[in-house]
Amino acid sequence: MTRPTATAAATRAPAPAGRTLPRLLLPAGESGTAGAHLRRHGAVPYRGGPGLLIDTVEDSGLTGRGGAGFPTGRKWRAVATGKGRSVVVGNAAEGEPASAKDRTLLITNPHLVLDGLQLAAEAVGAPSATLFLDGGGGVRESVAVALTARPQDRVPITVVEARVAFLSGEESAVVDALEGGVGLPTSTPPRVFERGVGGRPTLVQNIETLAQVALIARYGPGWFRSVGTSAEPGSMLVTVTGRSRVPAVYDVAHGTALSVLVGSAGSDGGDGSLGSVGVFARQAVRHEVSAVLLGGYHGTWVSAADVPRLALTRESLGAIGASPGAGVVVALPASICGLVESARVLRFLAEASAGQCGPCLNGLPRIALTFGALSAGTATSSALDDLARWSGLVVGRGACHHPDGSMRFLRSALTVFADEVDVHLTGRCSTPGGVTVLPTPAPRAGRAWPARRAARS
Amino acid sequence: MNEVLRVDRIACTGHGVCAELLPERVQLDEWGYPLVSSEPVPADLVKHARRAVSDCPALALRLVPSG
Repeated sequence: MTRPTATAAATRAPAPAGRTLPRLLLPAGESGTAGAHLRRHGAVPYRGGPGLLIDTVEDSGLTGRGGAGFPTGRKWRAVATGKGRSVVVGNAAEGEPASAKDRTLLITNPHLVLDGLQLAAEAVGAPSATLFLDGGGGVRESVAVALTARPQDRVPITVVEARVAFLSGEESAVVDALEGGVGLPTSTPPRVFERGVGGRPTLVQNIETLAQVALIARYGPGWFRSVGTSAEPGSMLVTVTGRSRVPAVYDVAHGTALSVLVGSAGSDGGDGSLGSVGVFARQAVRHEVSAVLLGGYHGTWVSAADVPRLALTRESLGAIGASPGAGVVVALPASICGLVESARVLRFLAEASAGQCGPCLNGLPRIALTFGALSAGTATSSALDDLARWSGLVVGRGACHHPDGSMRFLRSALTVFADEVDVHLTGRCSTPGGVTVLPTPAPRAGRAWPARRAARS
Repeated sequence: MNEVLRVDRIACTGHGVCAELLPERVQLDEWGYPLVSSEPVPADLVKHARRAVSDCPALALRLVPSG
């Protein structure tokens, strides 16, 4: 049994006050180095054998932070009780262009993620673990430094880098990449927790979820539940963009008023706490924001008028057909045309298609082209009928959720920007201008190319 | 036991054989890909459904237990 050094144990801080945020991100002035991490949280709280942490994770009510929100404990139990030796993958394939939370976490606080990866591997009985990530932007270096500073790790961690594209993080695509494929979604069933890498039960877990586990294992389910709502406990990382195109990542409680997040969209932010920006939120929403995109490019546009009554929970957002997803919040400035922005995103989504399923391959480009004409004021009279028919032919007819998510985005755009659709059908635009807010990086043909493997024993 | 038709969307390349052999349950969309009823296949069509499954050139059509 390995233990932290005597010095570290003696100087370990007491459990942080339950309601203190941020939890995953570091307050200003704190360091994410191995030594600072050990002083802050102590050594990895291994349980000593498979299965022993799973009850704790279930009791916490933690759900996956990759977007789907599946109960983490239940997923771990399915993998742990599956047939054959388990495989564990920390998933940092953050292909969502408007999300920056996973790479922010890996750069600022990598040891929390690596602790969680250790605990996940122990819990499901995996002899090793893989961290799947895009190395760019400083992530590669941060993870490499962190891994060399962890001599007490019981489970060897292998880093697998990929050129991450929009669909790369889908769990069957992660498994495909790890098996040497091009990293595209595959047909299900079987689900990867039944048969994943090498046919083994495979846990593909978003790295924010792993970081949450690293704290739950130390401070307990009660501590975790001391923020958030009873149905949706804990905090989550959100990436907020708006007047500032530079994304700010916050660690906020479930149930936080959406207006607080939207009001922060132009502030400096970035230290992980929202501070006092909420004071200005209401005014900001009323005067400067026309709509908010929730949950990313598979998410939902919400009219600014609806923002004041919404909170960051599945329950609240579900009532209007939206979801927190992986925590993406984009506040669209009223000076920018929502249809032009949406047209660019729909083109991105069409190009991000894996191109494997007929309806998605055929439908998305036609939809993007027609919506593009609509946004440019050059659409024909059949445009809206075509979009409705094609979206109906695309939904529910893909191997992955790409067509469904893309059509959720399309339909919410047509609803929220309905008035502007009418204006554009007459060939005009209420807010012409070249300014953009939603990032649409050049597509990588939907593929994640496994680029380099750096093993560590 | 009730069975339903299931399409492997990745394997399917839109040959359309299923729609020819089983027009009662399969129609083609405007791009030639099958729109398959999610209702259980009635007894009098099971034989035709099995034929459609076995004759799919892409092996993309299956009959699976419903539910």
